[in-house]
Amino acid sequence: MNLTTRYLGLELANPIIASSSPLTRTVESLQQLEAAGAAAVVLPSLFEEQIEHEAMAAHEAMIYGSEISAESVGGYFPQMDAYNTGATDYLDKLRAARQALTIPVIASLNGDSAGGWTLYARIIEDAGADALELNIYRVAGEIDYPGAHIEEDYLRLVTRVREAVSIPLAVKVGPYFSSMANMAKKLVDAGADGLVLFNRFYQPDILLDTLTVEPNVVLSTSSELRLVLRWMAILHGRIDASLGATTGVHTAEDVLKLVLAGADTTMMASALLKNGPGHISVVLEGVGNWLDERGYESLDQARGSLSQQSSPNPSAFERSNYMHALIDYSSKH
Amino acid sequence: MTSAHIVVDGNEAAARVAHALSEVIAIYPITPASAMGELADAWSQRNEPNIWGTVPEVVAMQSEAGAAGALHGSLQAGALTTTFTASQGLLLMLPNMYKIAGELTPAVIHVAARTIATHALSIFGDHSDVMGARQTGFAMLSSASVQEAQDLALIAHSVTLKTRVPFLHFFDGFRTSHEVMKIEGLDPATLHAMVDDHLISDHRTRALSPNQPSLRGTAQNPDVFFQAREAANPFYSAVAPAVIEAFEAFGALTGRHYRLFDYHGAPDADRVLILMGSGSGAATEAVDELNRRGEKVGVITVHLYRPFSADHLLEALPDSATKVVVLDRTKEPGAVGEPLYQDVVAALHETGRSEVSVIGGRYGLSGKEFTPPMVMATLAEAANGDPQRHFTVGITDDVSGLSLSVDEEWAEPDDVVQAVFYGLGSDGTVGANKNSVKIIGTHTDRYAQGHFVYDSKKSGAMTVSHLRFSPRPITSTYLIENANFVACHQFGFLEKLDVLDIAAPGATFLLNSHYDADTVWEHLPGHVQQAIIEKELDFYVVDGHRVAREAELGGRINTVLQTCFFALSEIVPKEEAIAAIKDSIKTAYGKLGEVVLQRNYQAVDAALAGMAKVEVPATVTSSTGLAAAVPEHAPEFVTRVTGMIIAGQGDLLPVSALPVDGTFPTDTAQWEKRSIAEEIPIWDPSICIDCGRCALVCPHAAIRMKVYDPAELGNAPDTFQTKEWSGKDFPGKQMTIQVAPQDCTGCGVCVDVCPAHSKEVVKHKSINMAPEGEHMAAEKENFDFFLELPELDRTEVKVDSIKGSQLLEPLFEFSGACSGCGETPYLKLLSQMYGDRILIANATGCSSIYGANLPTTPWAQDAEGRGPAWSNSLFEDNAEFGLGMRLALDGHTRTARQLLTELAPHVGDLAAEILDADQSDESGLQKQRDRIEQLTTVLASLDEPGARQLEPVVDYLVDMGVWIVGGDGWAYDIGFGGLDHVMALGRNVNILVLDTEVYSNTGGQASKATPRAAVAKFASGGKATGKKDLGMIAQSYGNVYVAQIAMGANMNQVVKAFAEAEAHQGTSLIIAFSPCIAHGIDMGTMMTHQKAAAESGYWPLYRYDPSAEAQGKPGLRLDSREPTISFKEFAAKEGRFAMLARANPEHADELAKQAQADIDNRWQLYEQMVNVHRTAVFEDLEEGE
Repeated sequence: MNLTTRYLGLELANPIIASSSPLTRTVESLQQLEAAGAAAVVLPSLFEEQIEHEAMAAHEAMIYGSEISAESVGGYFPQMDAYNTGATDYLDKLRAARQALTIPVIASLNGDSAGGWTLYARIIEDAGADALELNIYRVAGEIDYPGAHIEEDYLRLVTRVREAVSIPLAVKVGPYFSSMANMAKKLVDAGADGLVLFNRFYQPDILLDTLTVEPNVVLSTSSELRLVLRWMAILHGRIDASLGATTGVHTAEDVLKLVLAGADTTMMASALLKNGPGHISVVLEGVGNWLDERGYESLDQARGSLSQQSSPNPSAFERSNYMHALIDYSSKH
Repeated sequence: MTSAHIVVDGNEAAARVAHALSEVIAIYPITPASAMGELADAWSQRNEPNIWGTVPEVVAMQSEAGAAGALHGSLQAGALTTTFTASQGLLLMLPNMYKIAGELTPAVIHVAARTIATHALSIFGDHSDVMGARQTGFAMLSSASVQEAQDLALIAHSVTLKTRVPFLHFFDGFRTSHEVMKIEGLDPATLHAMVDDHLISDHRTRALSPNQPSLRGTAQNPDVFFQAREAANPFYSAVAPAVIEAFEAFGALTGRHYRLFDYHGAPDADRVLILMGSGSGAATEAVDELNRRGEKVGVITVHLYRPFSADHLLEALPDSATKVVVLDRTKEPGAVGEPLYQDVVAALHETGRSEVSVIGGRYGLSGKEFTPPMVMATLAEAANGDPQRHFTVGITDDVSGLSLSVDEEWAEPDDVVQAVFYGLGSDGTVGANKNSVKIIGTHTDRYAQGHFVYDSKKSGAMTVSHLRFSPRPITSTYLIENANFVACHQFGFLEKLDVLDIAAPGATFLLNSHYDADTVWEHLPGHVQQAIIEKELDFYVVDGHRVAREAELGGRINTVLQTCFFALSEIVPKEEAIAAIKDSIKTAYGKLGEVVLQRNYQAVDAALAGMAKVEVPATVTSSTGLAAAVPEHAPEFVTRVTGMIIAGQGDLLPVSALPVDGTFPTDTAQWEKRSIAEEIPIWDPSICIDCGRCALVCPHAAIRMKVYDPAELGNAPDTFQTKEWSGKDFPGKQMTIQVAPQDCTGCGVCVDVCPAHSKEVVKHKSINMAPEGEHMAAEKENFDFFLELPELDRTEVKVDSIKGSQLLEPLFEFSGACSGCGETPYLKLLSQMYGDRILIANATGCSSIYGANLPTTPWAQDAEGRGPAWSNSLFEDNAEFGLGMRLALDGHTRTARQLLTELAPHVGDLAAEILDADQSDESGLQKQRDRIEQLTTVLASLDEPGARQLEPVVDYLVDMGVWIVGGDGWAYDIGFGGLDHVMALGRNVNILVLDTEVYSNTGGQASKATPRAAVAKFASGGKATGKKDLGMIAQSYGNVYVAQIAMGANMNQVVKAFAEAEAHQGTSLIIAFSPCIAHGIDMGTMMTHQKAAAESGYWPLYRYDPSAEAQGKPGLRLDSREPTISFKEFAAKEGRFAMLARANPEHADELAKQAQADIDNRWQLYEQMVNVHRTAVFEDLEEGE
């Protein structure tokens, strides 16, 4: 079965991309992902805030206590040859991945400052990434900051990064916009070659034993697919950009649903962490079989065939669950 | 400036040469020489080679004695070997030095000369250490400056190979070792040219080798020893000519010329001063000044002190000289004169110049200032018709009348920039100033010098930087007295000390102030306003904290103030200066990443915009002045002596003011109110659960808990808080948790451990940090009232519990230890539980410094005047020192018991009651004390010789404890031999090891307690070997009580361990996990780190009780649960481990795996040990037979 997929201008063997997870951290597991059939990989995000924090922490450690008494001048730690702060470590891993793999390697960036986004985008491009995914996440907690300003901030940074680099650019965002479709269009207008919908980050949890708040991330399940499914279907054919579906992609069925809705690529992380890299080949086989059984010639044939534009029941993608259930109930009686 | 100029301190200057010319370097940390070893270790870790292309092997030893042994062995096997040391360290090397010299082995020991501890320890410089080595047979070469520390280091390495006589090369501790100076460097070609390869071959040829077997280290008898000893004489005779030859060769190569005795001054001088070391700088300047005035004087600086060449001294001394002044920077009590004096007298006599009159004096002991006016006073004394033959200078001796009065004023040339900076140890002032010296030294033709003075506290310590920038090479080896630039980096200093006393008229004054130029005046104390007006100072302010904060640099104001200094001093054009500062930031921090650079650059750029000139009003408007150092009602000694030292005026104290034997009163830290915390803990009684944890963990005894009768509250201040005591032990009583607001260092450990929090707002605990400004006045009053509340009767308190122990008065309070120190909570607890009846033997280290560095001591007394009696002997001998105390106490008790037994017929039943008393608890002790009081009365009425003998020892009938306290450097390394022996003896002493897992006091060098995978100095690649299991070693004796504790992990176990150790009638060893700033953690969370250490199995808690074993039960009891988190999880939160993970992730991973294996293996072993019965059971065997 021909599963080839075009994503961000890249030719991929199939629609499955291993998205950011611990499995895309080491060359060894990246190679396992490639061997299992991943069409591309997205490296874990370079977090500007984190690397800045680490650099400043190392800075502080070097000078902390350095003049605390006449007997301990010069700090408590020896000077090290290197501190591997900044993006060095990330870029080393990117280069190693690029060298070890034949499939495209997509870098991911989470910036913290306007300068940071462009600075790190540039050095990621220079290090040889095939594409860059901007992982934009912001908890809009400022009570006096209007949503429109937030949208402008997003668009401004996409514009800036677009100006700074020439490699394909994907933008990964969350669903929390008043007008997701309009925002998607504007992101593409600002220069995104593709949209990755939707990102999931650490969420806070409260530990009742200790009365402490602990942010963490739990693995997704297939049930989380629906939100993505809706937006793939709505956006397919309406924006001039690739669509990557992420969150809740676990099975061949999930992949097929998303592609039918209009996704170009489907990204897996939780399922691979749970089942191992080899799970990709199982899913690919399932996708191929389904298409075979139904006489499709290629995956492209099916892509978007149940998008909102192509669906016999386009309003189904816009109704809320409640309305849907109510109508079903009404029609039965 | 030539390209050969470098800016280094004396230690680096000497160490560079030593590293370049050695193959093996044995090291051990000791102030002020530690940096030489650290640098050598770091260079070798970075694979920097010596001049022959091989990387010297640097090995850290367990003591200086160990380093000397390794030095000796390495030399015997033919390697070019060196070591570095000072003070007591040099003394520990003496035995090997005799051997090395006796065997005519080329070697160099570089010494940053430091005071030998006598009546007190001192880390500062004088020649008492090197003078103690003059009999060893080592040649002794003295450097008087940073330049010489480099140049003469090379001479020493060169000549030792030529002559086979080993060299001790020394320079003054701190004054030279830590002085940052612009000097001319040495290139490798010069090093090569000065070291003859053939001589190295000769050294190798003499090495022990099985291919040419030989024997050294024989034992000799009276028949030949003497002759053999004399056989080396020709080698010593050859030293002076060889040094001269080397000086000449060196002069030809570098243009810098030295002599064995360097003469400076009038060719026809009538009076000549002779001295060695850094004092020669001040002497040279004084001589020049006197000659300018028309006097005829000169100075001889001794370079080669041993072998002492009388002929060359004579050659250097002008024929015209009739009077010689010899200055020694050491004291030899009881001698005719100090060593150099005696040498000069003998030399003049032997060379036919007996007519020259010689007087000798002592100066500069323990780094005491030595200035040109002092030199002038000595030369003036020599000119007197009847001079004092022996004198001192630099002090006022009103006891022996030996001191010379110093009357001259001294002014330095106008073209020398003299800048003085007052900063905090934590604000980066010193670092920035070192940097400024480097910038000016390398970017301009000016010569630059930086000298730094620290106070003796480790928290809130003040640093004073003295910087000179001169068009000429700088010889001023003394502190600046008239600064033309003064910067005060902390506003709070203004009311504590007179920072402008040092300002010359017309000087520039830069103040770091959060008040702007328009409003600052009204906030200045009156004496500061007055000085600014009277001295017509140019006054500038900058809000360094705001600029640093905006650049996201936290409290690091250094780059901001440094930039302002450059702008105001105009030594370097502004733009060039800013570029240079940024360049130096890049050099210093470049490896840390772009963000670090950008933030520092931002601070530099914003600094000048934030600085403004203050329009100085014509009149003083403030009535406030300098705060008194101590309150008026302090004890007489504290007011007269301690207060002067606190006020920075200790130099003014005369000899008569000081104790003759180093004995000082305790209970003095309470008078030194430092007010260094920005935030202090404030108690909310409404949610307090009376647990006492905040008080237990407070490293500074600044949180107190007291239970008292409600009736006591009659005169309580309005803001004094109280609540009902919830415990059943004191029904109807009230309790208060009170902060000592001026003594708190603001570490926040109390808040971190507080388990009680509000139901409505979880972050609000029962104790919360709040800005001191809002609470200081009220809490001061509250604390004063709190202190007046009566202490509980000790007999009513359950001492061996957390709550109970915290209801007892701490007799260790307000130490100057680091804010959040991990050691001091243990000592405070010890003082609460047993402080009224213990002697403490304290090993040298952090605990001896915060325990007894003048001006004050945290060791305190209770209302009865009882409290810990404390002493420090040495670093290496502390276990033995404490054992000696025990032996004495036991002896006194034996004597007293015997006398009392003999007097029993006269004393009556009381005698038996005393002799049979149970003193195992507070009640028993109190009763015994009461009985002794009765006995004392009885004895007074007895006309028996035995009564007179018993009176002085009667107190020893009350049990007293001996606690032997020290850090891991002592217990695991340098003092381990003694510790082991004391444990083996099994006498009733308690050993408390405050295990910070590094040499904390000397700046964080690795010890055998340093864990695998941690980064430390001497282990910059991560410690590759595991931590020594001291507790298991102790358990192997079978009769030693052993506890491994961590207060943050299990407070109850800590209290129990102290109680069991005290109760154990044999030797007890407590190993207490003590977080330290060297761990790279936020010290406010140090108790939480301890918890993680225990949870990971990194620091398993246990108690081993031999008495349980004696009863057939397992001796070892694990107080930790099986590890629940991994080593990596624990280690990720500590900078010492995380640093390696960052610098070298693969290696860190490997070491972390091994560290985890260490933990797993140890846990498995301990679990098995719990079930081990040490006592052999033979019954089965007998039955079987």
